[in-house]
Amino acid sequence: MTLANGKALRVAFGETVAELGKTDPRIVVLDGDLGSSTRADIFEAAHPDRFFQMGIGEQNEFGVAAGMASVGLVPFVSTFACFAVARALDSVRVLIAQPKLNVKITGGYAGLLAGMTGKTHLIFDDIAIMRAMGNMVVVAPADEVETRQAIVAIVDYEGPVYLRLTREASPLLFDDSYRFTLGKAVTVRPGGDVTVFGTGTQTVRAFQAAELLAAEGIEVNLVHLPTVKPIDEEAIVAAAQATGLVVTTEEHTIIGGLGGAVAEVLGERYPVPLRRHGLADTFGESGPDAALLEKYGISVTKTAAAIRAFVRARRT
Amino acid sequence: MNSGSNAAGPSVAELQDLARRGRAHVIRSIAHAKGGHIGGPLSAMDMLVALYFKAMRIRPDEPDWPDRDRFVLSKGHSAIALYTVLAMRGYFPLEELNTFDAIDSRMQGHPDMTITPGVDMSSGSLGLGFSGSLGIALGARAAGKDFDTYVILGDGECNEGIVWEAAHVAQRYAVDNLVAIIDHNKLQQFGWRADAPGKRKPPYTGSQLVDRWTAFGWKVMEMDGHDMAQILPTIEEARDYRGGPVAIVAHTVKGKGVSFMENDYTWHARVPTPEERDLALAELGEPVSTTAAGGAA
Repeated sequence: MTLANGKALRVAFGETVAELGKTDPRIVVLDGDLGSSTRADIFEAAHPDRFFQMGIGEQNEFGVAAGMASVGLVPFVSTFACFAVARALDSVRVLIAQPKLNVKITGGYAGLLAGMTGKTHLIFDDIAIMRAMGNMVVVAPADEVETRQAIVAIVDYEGPVYLRLTREASPLLFDDSYRFTLGKAVTVRPGGDVTVFGTGTQTVRAFQAAELLAAEGIEVNLVHLPTVKPIDEEAIVAAAQATGLVVTTEEHTIIGGLGGAVAEVLGERYPVPLRRHGLADTFGESGPDAALLEKYGISVTKTAAAIRAFVRARRT
Repeated sequence: MNSGSNAAGPSVAELQDLARRGRAHVIRSIAHAKGGHIGGPLSAMDMLVALYFKAMRIRPDEPDWPDRDRFVLSKGHSAIALYTVLAMRGYFPLEELNTFDAIDSRMQGHPDMTITPGVDMSSGSLGLGFSGSLGIALGARAAGKDFDTYVILGDGECNEGIVWEAAHVAQRYAVDNLVAIIDHNKLQQFGWRADAPGKRKPPYTGSQLVDRWTAFGWKVMEMDGHDMAQILPTIEEARDYRGGPVAIVAHTVKGKGVSFMENDYTWHARVPTPEERDLALAELGEPVSTTAAGGAA
C-alpha cells in the first residue's frame, strides 16, 4: 500500500497557527530569524501585528514568550529544535517550565533530516531532554493531518508544550477521519506477532516496514505514540500483553526518548522482551536524506530488518 | 501608559522611613534564616519602596488584578528585599518573612510567581527576568492593555548575553511601556581582582554602563538610587517617556545603610552574626530583635 504525499509538518504548522489566529486573538508567534524556513512566515503574512521577530537571540526569544504568556497570550515560539532545546534551555526551564506558563515551543527541523545542515543543527536527543523537564508536554506528530490536529489540541491545553516538527514532506499516515487526542496512543495497524511503538515521522517508516514484514509472514501491531509525555501507559501495557514482544522505533537516539519512556512503563508494569530501535549514542552529519536514514539505521528497510531480527531471535 | 502614580500617597520622609524599616527587615530575615543575600537587597531597597508605595498602579488586596502595573526583580537573588516591600505594602503578613528560605515557604530564595502573592515573574537565573519583562511589555501592547512594566537588574547581571539580546529587541520594537532600572552598586559576587587587598573591580567602570545602554538605542537616565527625592521624579519621567525604552542607571551602594557592609563584596551573601545583626539594627535605628518581622522569636 503506497501512502499519499502530505505537506511538510512545518507547512502544516504555519498554516494551522495562521488559521487559528483568525478566531483566537490570544495566539502570537515569535520567530528567531528563521521564519522562512520554519514557515512561521505564513503566520506573519496573515497576522503581522501578532508576529514578533526576536532576531537571532533564542534565549531572549523564549524569555519574551514567557512574559507574553503571563499576560494571557498564547505564544508559539518558533525556531530550529536544536536552538529551542539546547541553546535556550535555561529560559525554557526557568521561565516556562517551572512557572508552567502557556507557551507552545515549536522545534522545527528536529531529528535527522534537516536539509544538509550537519551535526550542529541536527538534534535527536530533544525528546529525552524535554521529556525529563518538569511540567513539559512532548508531542511528535507523524504527518500533516496529525500536526494540524495536534496544534488545535495544544492550544486547548493550558501549559507548556514541546511540539516536535520536521523539515521534509512526509507521506500521509492519517486521513481526515483521524482524531488526535493529547496523551493518547493510536493503533495504526493490528498484528499479532510483535508490537512496534513509534513516534513522530518514524511511525510512517515503521508502517512501511510493517507492510514489508507482512509479506514475509510477520504481523506487526503498530501503535503510534504522538504524545511522548504524558505517555499512554495503559495502551503500552495492553499492547505488550497482547503480543508479548515489543520494539520501539524513533528518529531519535535510543537514550531517553520514546524507547526510554516505553521501557520505563513496561519495566515496572509488564516486563516483556523489548528492543529499542533508533539512532545510536552519536551526533549527525550532512548528507542526503536517504543516505542519512540508511547510515543511521532508521530507513524503512533498516527498520524492517531490526524488527525482523528481533522477532526471529525470539521464535527460535 | 497609565498615569497611576499615587499622588496622594506617602511623603518623601515617609518613604525614607519605610526604606529604613525595610532594611531592618532584610537584616533580621537573613540573620533569622541563617542564609540568603544581603548586600544587593540593601542597595535596591529605596527603589523598591518608591515603586510599590508611589509609582506603581497596584491593588495589594487583588494581586492578580489584570490591569496592574507589573514588576520584575530580574536580580532575583535580592528576593528578600522584594518580599519585605510586598509585606510592608500588605500583600501578606510581615510575620511571613520569618519563613524566608524555609521548607514549604512562599518566601523562596528566588522569586516564584506561582506561589508568592505580588510576584509577577519568576527570576533568579540572571538576565531571564529582564527578557520576561520585555515579553510582558510587548504582550501588554498586543493585548491592548495600558499598564506599565518595571524591572530592576543588577549591574553584574548586565554581564549576561540575554540582557543585550532583550535590549536590542526592545529598541527594535520601540517599547515605551517598560522601564528598566539598573542597580549600579559597583560590585558583583566576586568579580575581577583589584590591586588593593580585599578589593574587587566593579563590573562596569565610569560611564561604561550608561554608554552600553545608550549604544543599544535606549534613552538613559541616571539617578542616585538612595535619594528618594531623585528616585520619584526620575521614575515618573521614565514612565512618561514616549518613543522607546528607558533605562535608569541608579548609582547605589552595595550594603547601603549599614556602615560595615557598605562597598564590601563579602557581604553579597554573608549571614550576620547576632552581634553584627544587633549592630546593624542599631545603626538603622531599629530595636534589637531576633525575628524577621521584629520582636522576639
